[in-house]
Amino acid sequence: MLSPSILSHLLTRLATSLLTLVFASLVVFSTLEILPGDPARLMLGLGASEDAIAALRGQMGLNQPIILRYLTWAGHMLTGDFGRSYTYAVPVRDLIAERLAVSLPLALMALTLSMAIAIPVGLFAAARRGRAPDSAIMGVTQLGVAIPNFWFALLLVYVFAVTLRLVPAGGFPGWSAGIFPAFKSLLLPAIALALPQAAILARVTRSALIETLSQDYIRTARAKGLTQTAILRRHALPNAMIPVLTILGLQFSFLLAGTVIIENVFYLPGLGRLIFQAITQRDLIVVEGVIMVLVAAVLLVNLIVDLAYAFVDPRLDIPR
Amino acid sequence: MNRSLIIGLTITLLVAGMALLSYAWTPYDATAIDIAAKLQGPSAAHWFGTDHFGRDILSMIMVGSRNSIAVALVAVGIGAGIGIPLGLVAATRGGWLDEMLMRFNDLVFAFPALITAIMITAIFGPGAINAIIAIGIFNIPVFARVTRGAALSILSREFILAAKAIGKSSGGITIDHVLPNIASLLIVQATIQFALGILAEAGLSYLGLGAPPPNPSWGRMLFEAQTMIGIAPHMALFPGLAIVITVLGLNLLGDGLRDVLDPRN
Repeated sequence: MLSPSILSHLLTRLATSLLTLVFASLVVFSTLEILPGDPARLMLGLGASEDAIAALRGQMGLNQPIILRYLTWAGHMLTGDFGRSYTYAVPVRDLIAERLAVSLPLALMALTLSMAIAIPVGLFAAARRGRAPDSAIMGVTQLGVAIPNFWFALLLVYVFAVTLRLVPAGGFPGWSAGIFPAFKSLLLPAIALALPQAAILARVTRSALIETLSQDYIRTARAKGLTQTAILRRHALPNAMIPVLTILGLQFSFLLAGTVIIENVFYLPGLGRLIFQAITQRDLIVVEGVIMVLVAAVLLVNLIVDLAYAFVDPRLDIPR
Repeated sequence: MNRSLIIGLTITLLVAGMALLSYAWTPYDATAIDIAAKLQGPSAAHWFGTDHFGRDILSMIMVGSRNSIAVALVAVGIGAGIGIPLGLVAATRGGWLDEMLMRFNDLVFAFPALITAIMITAIFGPGAINAIIAIGIFNIPVFARVTRGAALSILSREFILAAKAIGKSSGGITIDHVLPNIASLLIVQATIQFALGILAEAGLSYLGLGAPPPNPSWGRMLFEAQTMIGIAPHMALFPGLAIVITVLGLNLLGDGLRDVLDPRN
């Protein structure tokens, strides 16, 4: 199904992604090495004796040469061992897994919601290009792009949690409390993340569609008597999906970053809050682990987007 | 005349004017605490009301605008100052240098920007300077990529060949012919990055990683408003509107400039 040229392109992309991941691990590790503060001293607190600190440093492997420490850290990560958190005293992998159970559903909900809003809106605007509904939509999206998601989150909290009391203002009951309560507490955060993203996505969808609508095959489709709706759905939209996918891939990284702030607004125990707290507590091993997971996620999503190009547009022979 | 350009320019000038005015005059001292006047809604005395310390919100927004503008402006300067030369070198030299610069770009793009910004401010401590560096670093690959792409398309044009034929050096061609032709594109990009910088600064100072108190900043005003949202929603409303209006103005300015400067129009 995949042509050899696309296959080789994907393999090259896979290789460069892996290389980027290795580079990223070097950057993350060496950046955090220059952080002031001794993790052992920090863990034991102000009253600790020098002997106890030295013992813990030895136990944590902090006295080994830096290259050896990097190789140990990176090697263990490959086997899924992210080390032990200094402050929580549990494996970092467990912490990340526990927090991903909040962040991942949140990011996916936001992504789905923003696509579900943006693509129909973009389609609607493109079909009425230059007329009043189009200008109105463009005005609203222009505003949406300018709204910081955490401010939007505050407004949502005020309206739906404080005033109407429909949803909780923050916190997370955990998935064990049942799907519905958990889902309910992720709803406002997901909307706060999704709407500003939807504004960008709707603009891209619209301009990609307008670009596609000027192509010759659209004129052909019109000439053979297809309705405007059929042309938009059958011919224009699939062809306009490429730039939309590209932006979607790029936005995923923004979405992940957005969760850091949004999780702080809603006091959600996700990856964003974990990394924010770990940074303030100088829990370096957690910071390193979370950043590597996030970088890997961004690279993976962009690989999937690349793969999706091949499915959306089988003609696409990616230039080398 | 272009409508986006006029509206965008007007808003941008108004915000810049407000920041300048704050050096000479604000309705109240932006840091003056007056507990007797705390949590008042908008009134004739306090147009945007007061916060939980009785500080005048309008005055705080005016003073806070300096911080937002300064951080975003310098961050754009860092991005453009390093990114544009990098992009030009990549486009004119090509080869392994180009390849290396582009891979470096990919690397920076793979890092969730805000998280790295949090990491940087965590290393060097919170503060305006570190926020500038954190935001500035992510502007570098943006400018490098835009510059490289635009420069490559200019370099393939005939007048570049003509300049080469009369023996002009590659550096001279870049400065005299490539740069002026891509300047409008870079100005538009700078406006967009400026707007993103305002948003990023607000996000960082919301998380407590921006300029330290008592200097007012829009992001921290929103953080402080969060706990008061049930009793004083106006505390959240006005700083947020200030951010939205500023970013909207800059985006409209960027759109307008793109339309006006695009030679195809």
